[in-house]
Amino acid sequence: MKLMKINALAGLLLSATCAAALAEEVKIGMITTLSGPAGYLGQDVRDGFMLAIAEEGGMLGGVKVEVLVEDDGLKPENGRAIAERFLERDEVEIMTGVIFSNISPVVAPLTLRAGRFYITPNSAPSQFAGKNCHENYFAVAWQNDSLHESAGLNATAQGYGNAFVLAPNYQAGKDAIAGFKRYFGGEIVGEVYTQLGQTDYAAEIARIRAAGPEMVFQFLPGGMGINFAKQYDQAGMNAEVPMVLAAPSSDINILRAVGESMVGVSSSSHWNHDLENEANQAFLAGFEAEYGRPPTVYASQGYDTAKLIASALMKTGGKVTEDMDGFRSALKAADFDSVRGAFAFNTNNHPIQNWYARVVVERDGEFVNETMGVIAENHADAYASECALN
Amino acid sequence: MRYTHHLRFMLGCLAALLILPFVLQATGSSYLISTATRLVVFAIAAVSLDLLIGYAGLVSFGHAAFLGVGAYTVGILSFHAYEETTLIGLPGSLSGLVALPLALALSALAALVVGALSLRTRGVYFIMITLSFGQMLFFLFVSLEQYGGDDGMMMFEGRNTLPLLDLNDRVSFYYFCLAWFVLFFWFCTWLVRSKFGRTLAAIKQNQDRLSSIGINAYWAKLQVFVIAGVGAGLAGALSANHTEFVSPALTHWTRSGDLMIVVILGGMGTLVGPVLGTFLFLLLEEFLPLILRGLGLGLLSEHWRFVFGPILILVVLYAKTGLYGLIFPRRD
Amino acid sequence: MSQLFLEQLLNGVQLGMFLFLVSAGLTLVFGFMNIINLAHGSLFMIGAYAMALIGGVTGSFLAALVLSVPVVACAAWVIEIVIIRRLHARDHLDQVLATFALILFINEGTTMLFGRVPLFLDVPESLSGTVTLPGGVTYPLYRVAIIGAGLAVALALWLIIARTRVGMQIRAGTTNRETVEQLGVNIDRLNTLIFVVGAMFAGLAGALAGPLTSVEVGMGENLLILCFVCVVIGGIGSIRGAMLGAITVGVVDTMGRAFVPDILGRFLDPATASGISAGLSSMSIYLLMVVVLVFRPTGLFPVARSV
Repeated sequence: MKLMKINALAGLLLSATCAAALAEEVKIGMITTLSGPAGYLGQDVRDGFMLAIAEEGGMLGGVKVEVLVEDDGLKPENGRAIAERFLERDEVEIMTGVIFSNISPVVAPLTLRAGRFYITPNSAPSQFAGKNCHENYFAVAWQNDSLHESAGLNATAQGYGNAFVLAPNYQAGKDAIAGFKRYFGGEIVGEVYTQLGQTDYAAEIARIRAAGPEMVFQFLPGGMGINFAKQYDQAGMNAEVPMVLAAPSSDINILRAVGESMVGVSSSSHWNHDLENEANQAFLAGFEAEYGRPPTVYASQGYDTAKLIASALMKTGGKVTEDMDGFRSALKAADFDSVRGAFAFNTNNHPIQNWYARVVVERDGEFVNETMGVIAENHADAYASECALN
Repeated sequence: MRYTHHLRFMLGCLAALLILPFVLQATGSSYLISTATRLVVFAIAAVSLDLLIGYAGLVSFGHAAFLGVGAYTVGILSFHAYEETTLIGLPGSLSGLVALPLALALSALAALVVGALSLRTRGVYFIMITLSFGQMLFFLFVSLEQYGGDDGMMMFEGRNTLPLLDLNDRVSFYYFCLAWFVLFFWFCTWLVRSKFGRTLAAIKQNQDRLSSIGINAYWAKLQVFVIAGVGAGLAGALSANHTEFVSPALTHWTRSGDLMIVVILGGMGTLVGPVLGTFLFLLLEEFLPLILRGLGLGLLSEHWRFVFGPILILVVLYAKTGLYGLIFPRRD
Repeated sequence: MSQLFLEQLLNGVQLGMFLFLVSAGLTLVFGFMNIINLAHGSLFMIGAYAMALIGGVTGSFLAALVLSVPVVACAAWVIEIVIIRRLHARDHLDQVLATFALILFINEGTTMLFGRVPLFLDVPESLSGTVTLPGGVTYPLYRVAIIGAGLAVALALWLIIARTRVGMQIRAGTTNRETVEQLGVNIDRLNTLIFVVGAMFAGLAGALAGPLTSVEVGMGENLLILCFVCVVIGGIGSIRGAMLGAITVGVVDTMGRAFVPDILGRFLDPATASGISAGLSSMSIYLLMVVVLVFRPTGLFPVARSV
């Protein structure tokens, strides 16, 4: 609470100076992760975002925008240096793009303190959803826990009585398992935390086999998940103990890298390529045409973020920091056609949305997720009640 | 001649650092003060590593561990102050008068333990054992769930507080860090010229001969290891204050690698060199993408490491004494 | 319980064999050329990328395996001629810096050429599935194949080093470089040869690891540190040491992950136990290295050096 007061005060001061420097173009700063193994997440968020701008010929909501993109290299200090440059030299009015939960605690407070808007297309850690929520902080994709809560709901709906859970030994991993357990009705027969960047999972797979659970939930992001999925299948485990995953462990790039071993694996997501709504069809076609590859869920999030900003810019006629209240309420109204269908912001500026069950199938030699049905309708995160906004 | 040249150069640098904030404010780029602060803080750590590598011949590949100890001391105290909870019965604190001395003391203690064990080995084995300690500390910080684990923790209430000085003010904080840097640099300069410094030089050349004339090399090395650890701890504590954020990434082995790189790049065993190395390395890291974009090389701007790597290789191959050697060439 | 114990022990040995495949080249280069090559992990990555790309084109596992090793050899040859050769007379530190820069260059170059998305590479039909070992343990066939490859490499190295003229020169060079030079051996050519051979082992390991792991930029770096641990525990320059070090690391790491949580679980509540044991098992190999080095400051099998 103290933080919010300080922020609000500093915000007032800075926005006053900002309004003076009125530009015709709205500047958007995008700090994202483009290097290292996780670089494709940032790349897809950026490409999805840029696609929305390209569709309008360099504009969002009829307002000319300029997007500055920088790679944080997954280093918090770099994130800070870029954020300061964006906020002070370039005077960006909207900050977006952060992928990982160890960059957002650096970039978000700086942005908010400077009286600008922070709109995250991916990472949304719990601290900004509950006690430390902020009126100018918007999460477009999900609150981190919801990814795993939906997996718990999915597993319960499929009738599994017990589960073996597995995640890397770091905060996001622990949050994942907590989120899964929150909505999983069955018993947890084994809970294992693996090393970060682990390549060999033989020991864990042997433990799973010995425990004999009905299903496995694993949240091993990126390369770790690929390692696990390949080795799990080679140990002949897919047939014995099925996996139920969260969206990031089953994105199209992972399916392509692992291949046939993923067939039959079920997962839950807030978006899928086969959701039948107009916005989604247009997005899929546009993305394929522009980049020559199918979009990942991250691309959809980047695209939605841009569309959300477009809807708000349209309403305020391009005013952002000159009309803080107007732009904020325009964002909060979420008056845009999300590629995932129904979408609204909760009191804490985090999404209320549907979660879908998916299963991996083979279609014309490609491995894709097929939507099986809705797991949770209008699902909200668990922290909204701790947030003092309304 | 070389000495006066050297002195004049250092005074020039100091003067430049002193007036930097005014220049930056006058040119409307005061956001760069934060970058300058980062350079100064990192330079403290680089100078402390130069004491080990350049003067004692101890190649430590785990120096970032002490950055972490310093930073986590500040971070944990701030965390408990914000949450109004206690750690083993002691309250947290945001006061710099508590946090900074404690950070220095704890990094000295950590360096004492690590040094006492590591200094039993030599050469490449020393590199690897210090790396191990660094990694162990990294994984320790990752498993501190209360303090954010791998994600790290924010300092919700801002920087440490000091009487008379507001560290949350960017310019004050810059001068605060600069003062520490100058103090530490001056101390190191004095140290390497003292009798102790000559002992270190002798150890670097031939440790066995030294033992035979009755000087305890192990003890001297342990002392310098602790001093360097304190320097890194100081840098860590300042760095935590700078970003208002602490995470295990500070102690990752690649961070120790970065530190080694700036020392070698700048010219080891010169103290000034590592400072120059820090400035070049961090400025390139931050501005190379911008420079490349300015040159119209959009693709390379995103993949700036593709250019950065060869630059480093060229420096290693052709500037044998680092940047220092380029500025003060030996005439012989 | 005992069957699970045996299975986990086998997992440990298998991981050790895999680590040996990567470490073998590292210890050769480190021991004979006295060069710390941080870019060894990049050569590993090149092997895996070559495997995935050639495999994608030819559709044959064997062809990809046979072709990817020469690709790595060529890359290593270029690296040796252009950079490594100039670093022989230098400090370890210069080598660390230059090879670190090489990592940046190779990683970024790979990203530019092949993108950021992991490549597809699967186990071939003939090596997929599981086998039932005596004692009733079912085990993935591909992992058995890796153990076989590790043994084959160990045998090949032993034959080269113990039985050939080049091997004799390598042994002599590891102990005393100057003497070998004075005896009229073309040390430059020998260095290039060793670097390329070391890289080929790394490339082979990368190619074999591809089907088990994610083929992505930076895949070699995590492994690199682990392999340095193996090499150092074993004693730098010793093939026997690398083998022993790798198997020790593999078994300690695997057994730590397999059984420490259960053991701790008897004293603590399950959630705390799994958290602490994950921290402990991450640290275990580094702890192992510290303990080894504190008591044996030059590793388990030190190679005599007259420097």
